[in-house]
Amino acid sequence: MNRGHRHGLSSGCLGTMEVKSKFGAEFRRFSLERSKPGKFEEFYGLLQHVHKIPNVDVLVGYADIHGDLLPINNDDNYHKAVSTASPLLRIFIQKKEEADYSAFGTDTLIRKKNVLSHVLRPDNHRKKPHIVISMPQDFRPVSSIIDVDILPETHRRVRLYKYGTEKPLGFYIRDGSSVRVTPHGLEKVPGIFISRLVPGGLAQSTGLLAVNDEVLEVNGIEVSGKSLDQVTDMMIANSRNLIITVRPANQRNNVVRNSRTSGSSSQSTDNSLLGYPQQVEASFEPEDQDSDEEDIVIEDSGEPRQIPRATPEAQSLESLTQIELSFESGQNGFSPPQDSSLDTELETRAQGQKLLEEDGTIITLAGRNEVLTP
Amino acid sequence: MRRFLRTGHDPARERLKRDLFQFNKTVEHGFPHQPSALGYSPSLRILAIGTRSGAVKLYGAPGVEFMGLHRENNAVMQIHFLPGQCELVTLLDDNSLHLWSLKVKGGVSELQEEESFILRGPPGAAPSATQITEILPHSSRELLYLGTESGSVFVVQLPGFRTLDDRTISSDSVLQWLPEEARHRRVFEMVEALQEHPRDPNQILIGYSRGLVVVWDLQGSRVLYHFLSSQQLENASWQRDGSLIVTCHSDGSHCQWSVCSDSRSPEPLRSSIPYGPFPCKAITKIFWLTTRQGLPFTIFQGGMPRASYGDRHCISVVHNGQQTAFDFTSRVIDFTVLSEADPAAAFDDPYALVVLAEEELVVIDLQTAGWPQVQLPYLASLHCSAITCSHHVSNIPLKLWERVIAAGSRQNLHFSTMEWPIDGGTSLAPPPPQRDLLLTGHEDGTVRFWDASGVCLRLLYKLSTVKVFLTDTDPNENLSAQGEDEWPPLRKVGSFDPYSDDPRLGIQKIFLCKYSGYLAVAGTAGQVLVLELNDEAAEHAVEQAEADLLQDQEGYRWKGHERLAARPGPVCFEAGFQPFVLVQCQPPAVVTSLALHSEWRLVAFGTSHGFGLFDHQQRRQVFVKCTLHPSDQLALEGPLSRVKSLKKSLRQSFRRMRRSRVSGHKRRPGGPMGEAQAQAVSTKAERTGLQNMELAPVQRKIEARSAEDSFTGFVRTLYFADTYLRDSSRHCPSLWAGTNGGTVYAFSLRVPPAERRMDELVRAEQAKEIQLMHRAPVVGILVLDGHSVPLPEPLEVAHDLSKSPDMQGSHQLLVVSEEQFKVFTLPKVSAKLKLKLTALEGSRVRRVGVAHFGSCRAEDYGEHHLAVLTNLGDIQVVSMPLLKPQVRYSCIRREDVSGIASCVFTRYGQGFYLISPSEFERFSLSTKWLVEPRCLVDSTKTKNYNRPSNGNGTGPKRTSGQVRNSRSQSDSEEKKPGPVMEHALLNDESGVLKEIQSTLEGDRGSYSHRRSHRVAVGCSLGNGEGGS
Repeated sequence: MNRGHRHGLSSGCLGTMEVKSKFGAEFRRFSLERSKPGKFEEFYGLLQHVHKIPNVDVLVGYADIHGDLLPINNDDNYHKAVSTASPLLRIFIQKKEEADYSAFGTDTLIRKKNVLSHVLRPDNHRKKPHIVISMPQDFRPVSSIIDVDILPETHRRVRLYKYGTEKPLGFYIRDGSSVRVTPHGLEKVPGIFISRLVPGGLAQSTGLLAVNDEVLEVNGIEVSGKSLDQVTDMMIANSRNLIITVRPANQRNNVVRNSRTSGSSSQSTDNSLLGYPQQVEASFEPEDQDSDEEDIVIEDSGEPRQIPRATPEAQSLESLTQIELSFESGQNGFSPPQDSSLDTELETRAQGQKLLEEDGTIITLAGRNEVLTP
Repeated sequence: MRRFLRTGHDPARERLKRDLFQFNKTVEHGFPHQPSALGYSPSLRILAIGTRSGAVKLYGAPGVEFMGLHRENNAVMQIHFLPGQCELVTLLDDNSLHLWSLKVKGGVSELQEEESFILRGPPGAAPSATQITEILPHSSRELLYLGTESGSVFVVQLPGFRTLDDRTISSDSVLQWLPEEARHRRVFEMVEALQEHPRDPNQILIGYSRGLVVVWDLQGSRVLYHFLSSQQLENASWQRDGSLIVTCHSDGSHCQWSVCSDSRSPEPLRSSIPYGPFPCKAITKIFWLTTRQGLPFTIFQGGMPRASYGDRHCISVVHNGQQTAFDFTSRVIDFTVLSEADPAAAFDDPYALVVLAEEELVVIDLQTAGWPQVQLPYLASLHCSAITCSHHVSNIPLKLWERVIAAGSRQNLHFSTMEWPIDGGTSLAPPPPQRDLLLTGHEDGTVRFWDASGVCLRLLYKLSTVKVFLTDTDPNENLSAQGEDEWPPLRKVGSFDPYSDDPRLGIQKIFLCKYSGYLAVAGTAGQVLVLELNDEAAEHAVEQAEADLLQDQEGYRWKGHERLAARPGPVCFEAGFQPFVLVQCQPPAVVTSLALHSEWRLVAFGTSHGFGLFDHQQRRQVFVKCTLHPSDQLALEGPLSRVKSLKKSLRQSFRRMRRSRVSGHKRRPGGPMGEAQAQAVSTKAERTGLQNMELAPVQRKIEARSAEDSFTGFVRTLYFADTYLRDSSRHCPSLWAGTNGGTVYAFSLRVPPAERRMDELVRAEQAKEIQLMHRAPVVGILVLDGHSVPLPEPLEVAHDLSKSPDMQGSHQLLVVSEEQFKVFTLPKVSAKLKLKLTALEGSRVRRVGVAHFGSCRAEDYGEHHLAVLTNLGDIQVVSMPLLKPQVRYSCIRREDVSGIASCVFTRYGQGFYLISPSEFERFSLSTKWLVEPRCLVDSTKTKNYNRPSNGNGTGPKRTSGQVRNSRSQSDSEEKKPGPVMEHALLNDESGVLKEIQSTLEGDRGSYSHRRSHRVAVGCSLGNGEGGS
């Protein structure tokens, strides 16, 4: 979100950008108009062209500023890659059939240097070549830790993806009190805590939430000052795409960031807490999370369809065709079309700076810190 | 305008908002909850009622109302007006005295607390020494005499509450004036009576509880006369000329004592036990009032034979050989007799008896033979049978208004024709801008029509649906009059009757078409009645039909109540709304939604099982639709299957009742200090609440709603619209239904044209079904026309009262669920806009209504918006069609579930909710529509006004047997007495009932494992689906 915005601005002054593309052992260098990167399809074609592999299905990845290998497979992450690259965009191309999917993700480029993992992983693939592990976007994520870069390290923002799964969310909350550092010293303030995890529930299976974690926010809205019932209602209202910010009771498993010097103790949390709600509000405009929530209409006892978003532009037609969805798939289990509707949602609203804001959020949830369960 | 709405903080929009919206709680309608004291000023002709929660309410002529709240949350024990002044003194149960005054500010009077005072005794004295039992405001207007438990009478100077120690009349000083034979007993103890001599301000009567009465000379500080009774004294009063004293005693006797200088006899002139000879209860208060005709009135409270009638609440009137014991259904708090106000007049000539009972005010005309009741223009007991739902209709056409009043006046023939005798002050409020009706449905199967146009909520007409059904009780039973020889001569008065014959009769939904006079009423046992206004009494049969909402669903058994048995054959109905169609839902679950379209002659109804459409012109069912999820056993079995938690919830509700009684602080604070006080109370409550939580942590399950949840089929809302349902070229009639599970069904209807209406069938076909993925209950459906204005009501356009809707532009569908507001396009349903209320702030929509907000600046400017009440008790205005929150006010305490459930919005940005079983609070969100009391009370003016009538000594002007004609009444509403109501209910019991019922219905869905308070499901009030 904000990150994307910032980079977009900083790179805006440069006219072109250098691209270094690696396929096998070959390198190609070319440049791109930074302000007009075009669409991913075009970029993909360009790569095939410069490497002279017109009919080979390939996977495209790039190294982000943290040195992580991240995929480029749609317009959003392509734009993200272009906007964050400085000064050079490093592209890695693999043939699809021999791709090493596990290469993607956090610390991947660094880990590659680890000989053991480098050697072991391809072995696994050779043993079971028929099992194709698909790209992250082909998975349906069930949960993720997000916004690690803007939160204090003592906090954790967890996103639970309820849609399409039969698993119950499976947790309970209660009233309680926590100790805060205030200018008047330590003070006991009422808070909301996770009181119980249902075995086999979504919350428990993620491993990201635990009993006695204090709930600080629900989908970007602070819960302080709200009653247990209010927080319950908020969580249920957001149950299809629930983002809970907690202060874990167990502070030992916190994510430590690469970019920042770690070591900020838990005591400092409370002070930093005061500073960030404004940021959070910006990142959680309620409209940003509607993608998962398409109502269904049955016309004249016909087939159920998802209700599209009405837009004044002609795009609405396009979006209509894209999110044709059978009732069954919406109801039980795994439903890839819903993911595509997510994209549609973004497309239709890809206007002006709105995109940039969403951009950041999407990148974080698609690329980083993913906890994947198939 | 649209442009302004879109931008968030447009200064122009902010300015416009200020012109459109403001929040005020304007007036409390109904009867004060838990009254505890009564006061009356003969010179101002104003009545005062104090309550257990520390409120003081003043009532004069209709429209003249004042309300004050003591900072202390203590019960008001006594209220005394200072003679001839706009001031009153209240005594609270913490023994503090408070001086209130009516001050004129900006042309209107305001009630303010001036000062307060706590009586301090000599150092070291027992607390009882200063415990005030009796107050006498002296006619000098400067002194208050305070009788105490110790027997001393303290003197306090006003204003300033300065204690005049040297004037204290201690029991010792009285004792030394008593002769030897009176001294040998402990005659003192507390002061029970304190009365000024009616002619001589230097003499006061002091009565002590042990039976001693003395007449004390204030100047000479000596006992002039003493009278010693053998019985405990309860009260005493003077005859008007001061020659006679009447005392009443704890054994049910009253005595007369002659006051003349030579009589030293300790024996009373006359003594009697009116309801003897068997032991009687005490007579607690007595009036002895002379008349021009010679024979006095004796009016006393209590004294009934202990064994057989000791539990009755009676006030007896004895005059000229007649004796009647008025029997009240609730405890008598206090009473007073209105009589000649001029102290110089020779006779009392009482004309009205005013009785404040626990649940109602009763005024009895003492000048008309038979002592009939006087209709109340205000202070009506709304809860005479518990209110189960309410419905507001704005801007009633004059014709319907007159017909309703005419029907009502025929029901009120037994009332006195006396003008309302309490007529002090002048109402300066402008006449109501329009005629508004508030309809309340009651547990006993009645619907009451209230004039809600102005400050006074007046009963216009009462409709009973009981006649349609066969009930256990014989209607003639209640009418059986007391025989001539019955003793004591009891006569039931008042309308408070909490006992319902059959809870299934309870009214749950009301829908009135103000243009056609069609009324639809639906009840607890699935009964739906369609009624038509008829000016004549008529005997006819009611067409009956059954709507099987389960249709093909089989293998289910309804375990709830039976449906009501309809009375076969023709039934005689009095003039007014007469039923002609009865549809009974099967299973007979409570009706949860109702809609009537008088132009198409269709009525739609829904229960927890489904909904149906009935053609009341052709008297045939058009279709039914089952909304039940196959796995939803709970809805099928009916409310009784969930009795397992009844015991627990009963206990909880009792506990809650007790708690609410202690902290019944829900009124407007009297001033800035009051506000602080209220805040302190609430924070204290919160803190204790927090502690409770820590003791026993409650937890809430977080789970997404699913289609399998219980009561998803519960039909929450029904809506008729003429709109583009199928294609954008043709609009057609349609019926929309929203369920608890977030489903919206749309049916296209084909209604034959008027000329072939009886020949062709009405056809319906399901056109759309929308499933909101958040699955929250749908509480409102609305179609907006091409200009984004809500479609008009049926017949509104035909009566030229509304612009015809814009059928050119595209229509939009607005669906309001408990969690979200959503706008969809029509006819192709695509999502256009939404506002996610719950996701943003954790509040849920409880009530929603469309309101027109006029600007206070520009006469013709106005906007349509949604008025929304949330489960937190906040009221918000959400703009249409862009769904931007405009303003938010906190209105009801979030714990006050019944208050939130009872809220009803008007079409012009006002609303009502119950602050107690018997009181509606009226509020306004609009700057333009504001009904509040504005009145003037002037002591000098009032006195002058009263004098002329003193000369001939007839008391109030009497209307010369004038019949309450509808037209004249609507023309001069100000002076006409209002009607009274009939049945009622002990509010505590009604509270429990409501709690039980809401507990039964509250457990909808898996997530609502709510702790103590319950969500009232259904748009109904309190018992959306009770019926057990």
